[in-house]
Amino acid sequence: MTVYFLCAVLLMMGLYCLVAKKNIVKKVIGIVIMDYAVNLYLIIIGYKHGGLAPIVEPGMNAQTLGRFVDPLPQALVLTSIVIGLGVLSLMVAMCIRMYEKHGTFDMSQISKLRG
Amino acid sequence: MKGMTLIVRTITDFVVAFIVVFGAYIVLYGHLTPGGGFAGGVIIACAFILLMLAQGKEVAFSRFGEKTAHVLDSTGALVFLAIGGVGLTAGFFFKNVFGRGEPFRLLSSGMILPANIAIAFKVVGSLYLVFTALAIFRRRSFRSMIEDELT
Amino acid sequence: MNLVPLYVAIPLLAAFLIPLLGMWWKKSGEVLATLSTVLLSVMAIASIGAPAVVHHMGGWPFPEGIAIVSDGLAVLLLIAVNVVGFLCVIFSLKYMQEYTGLPKYYGLFMLMIAGMNGVVVSGDLFNLFVFLEIASIASYALVAFGVEADELEAGFKYLVLGSVASIMILFAVGTVYAVTGTLNMADAAREIASRFGGPEMNPALLLAAAFFLMGFSLKAALVPFHAWLPDAHPSAPAPISAMLSGVVIKSLGIYAICRIFFHVFGFAAGNPSSVIIANAMIAFAILSIVIGGLLAIGQWDLKRLLAYSSIGQIGYVMLGIGIGARVLATGGARSLAALAILGGLFHLINHAAFKSLLFLSSGAIQQATGTRDMKRMGGLKERMPITAATTNLAALSIAGVPPFSGFWSKLVIIVAAVKAGHVVISSIAIAMAFVTLVYYVKLQREVLFGAVRGAVEKAREVPAVMYVPLIILAVVCVGFGLLYPVVGARILEPATDALLNGAEYIKLVLG
Repeated sequence: MTVYFLCAVLLMMGLYCLVAKKNIVKKVIGIVIMDYAVNLYLIIIGYKHGGLAPIVEPGMNAQTLGRFVDPLPQALVLTSIVIGLGVLSLMVAMCIRMYEKHGTFDMSQISKLRG
Repeated sequence: MKGMTLIVRTITDFVVAFIVVFGAYIVLYGHLTPGGGFAGGVIIACAFILLMLAQGKEVAFSRFGEKTAHVLDSTGALVFLAIGGVGLTAGFFFKNVFGRGEPFRLLSSGMILPANIAIAFKVVGSLYLVFTALAIFRRRSFRSMIEDELT
Repeated sequence: MNLVPLYVAIPLLAAFLIPLLGMWWKKSGEVLATLSTVLLSVMAIASIGAPAVVHHMGGWPFPEGIAIVSDGLAVLLLIAVNVVGFLCVIFSLKYMQEYTGLPKYYGLFMLMIAGMNGVVVSGDLFNLFVFLEIASIASYALVAFGVEADELEAGFKYLVLGSVASIMILFAVGTVYAVTGTLNMADAAREIASRFGGPEMNPALLLAAAFFLMGFSLKAALVPFHAWLPDAHPSAPAPISAMLSGVVIKSLGIYAICRIFFHVFGFAAGNPSSVIIANAMIAFAILSIVIGGLLAIGQWDLKRLLAYSSIGQIGYVMLGIGIGARVLATGGARSLAALAILGGLFHLINHAAFKSLLFLSSGAIQQATGTRDMKRMGGLKERMPITAATTNLAALSIAGVPPFSGFWSKLVIIVAAVKAGHVVISSIAIAMAFVTLVYYVKLQREVLFGAVRGAVEKAREVPAVMYVPLIILAVVCVGFGLLYPVVGARILEPATDALLNGAEYIKLVLG
């Protein structure tokens, strides 16, 4: 249970970083922290203490099969990391372009639109 | 980008080929051992990124041009889609139409091997392009501005 | 054999072929995007009235495989996405000529369509998330396509909030998987119904429901999650604004809410959690209607006015669906729930037609006059008669003037609200319908009628390739209003049935 709680704390830290920091690079870092908190959460779902790699071999009994870790969350996390990479590169590219336009990373100086 | 010192440049020149071969191994044996198209593709892309960091943009582009990367990027995705489309002729998208082969041999597991290769093409192309797209901004001024911002 | 995967495969093929061929053939984007969107529109329209089908990827049946499902609800959204997509491509042919990197534009456009079609046909929670991300990433890049200061800022804002939404959705997907042990929507629905049906709901599932609702509401830009929309929609090129307002917020937001909450979680009578969810939906809807409508009045930027109006109108869609959900959750009559949902879905498809028409018209106006400031316009109907006529028609339709389509859908929603006993809510909805009329009358008076002044003096009618999509959409607006019996029976009722019959969806997918 504690690990889930720590996961939530990590998520909140990312959210705090995103909301409270003015520097857009730090905002990006906040998003990445949130993303990894969720990835960690998915991994914890599939974790099993003393688990085995899920490879079925001849002669395995039901007890051994029951000790397999769930491989599906790992596949999900892999996909999610790749998606995160795509989003991250887009965010960084936009940050660089915004720096070129404004000469600063400070969101309060960049911001002109009223929302 | 000018590149780094002579030692780094010599070593990377020597090492890059091995990294590419290792990446290719990860791709080709992805259906038998841990690894696969994405992991192997990242390794191969990293080899060229290393080359770009150590030797500069010009050398890296002479070995692996931007246009080649674009072509690899698109063809990888198209080949992957084509593999799915071939399955459609058998009634279902991504249905395996290739033979399954003997387990633990290189040419086995049906369409996983060609799909891995297609993914590797896509990943090599797109990761390399992401890196070059970000590195192509004026690097010198960018470094100084990050230092300004963070201090 | 059925061809449902082609809704994803064709736009993906175009998306990757366009930049590849674009290196040698400059017109690749225009040609391939037009061809593939025509094909997709024909496929979507041809599937009207077809029975619901499920495609098992790779020939793997449940539980190994991933299911791709096309039922009545999916067909409704597929028609909206692909037809609006096709018209936006036609409009782009001329409008986008001033931009550089056109193969990239059309590639991203097709990627966005692939993502939206994927969200609509996906029968698997994680695939829904992946397609949602594909569509979102493409739209972030398209909003910032102009790479000017405003576009970048709006794109970055959209990107940050969209990423937060995606993270919430992924968290919820993980939680549903942890509780039910499956990602297949039909299987998860069966697990949830069998294990957690009755008066109590598992607290973890309630958490997942809250995260889903927040994430998808952010994608749908419901108040209080709307902050990105009024910046992102005006900053994007006009065809992209039309896509974003017309279909993206619906397929990624409203459709996903419908699918997840009606089919996966289900609104069982006597379940207190279902009532909470339905109440939250209605609350977001009312907030969106009121705040979106009131903020739209004060806008002088043409596209910002339209963007705020989108928030208000998406609130009406959500209101219909939320009332339907609440009726189901409190054990009311099923026919009443069907009426409310029918109204919501009818307003969804109407809004797809008239809001994309309005945004495309605003693009035509901006190109002809060089400005979006309504204070510098006036008398547009003298200089651009066709664009002015279509804009006028769309404005009348969205403001709810009979006999145009917007009137009927709002009427159905309000009648359903009154019948369900929500008198206060329905009076707010009626009052805000008049506010809608107010700001569209303002648009008419400032832009279309009156003396020719300001930037309009030099304006000329846009070329045919730009006004033909406008005329087609205007015909659709009128047609949905006058030919309701045809549209309702052929498209909307199957969609409503599909949404209400969760059990049939489970039977279809699990076989």
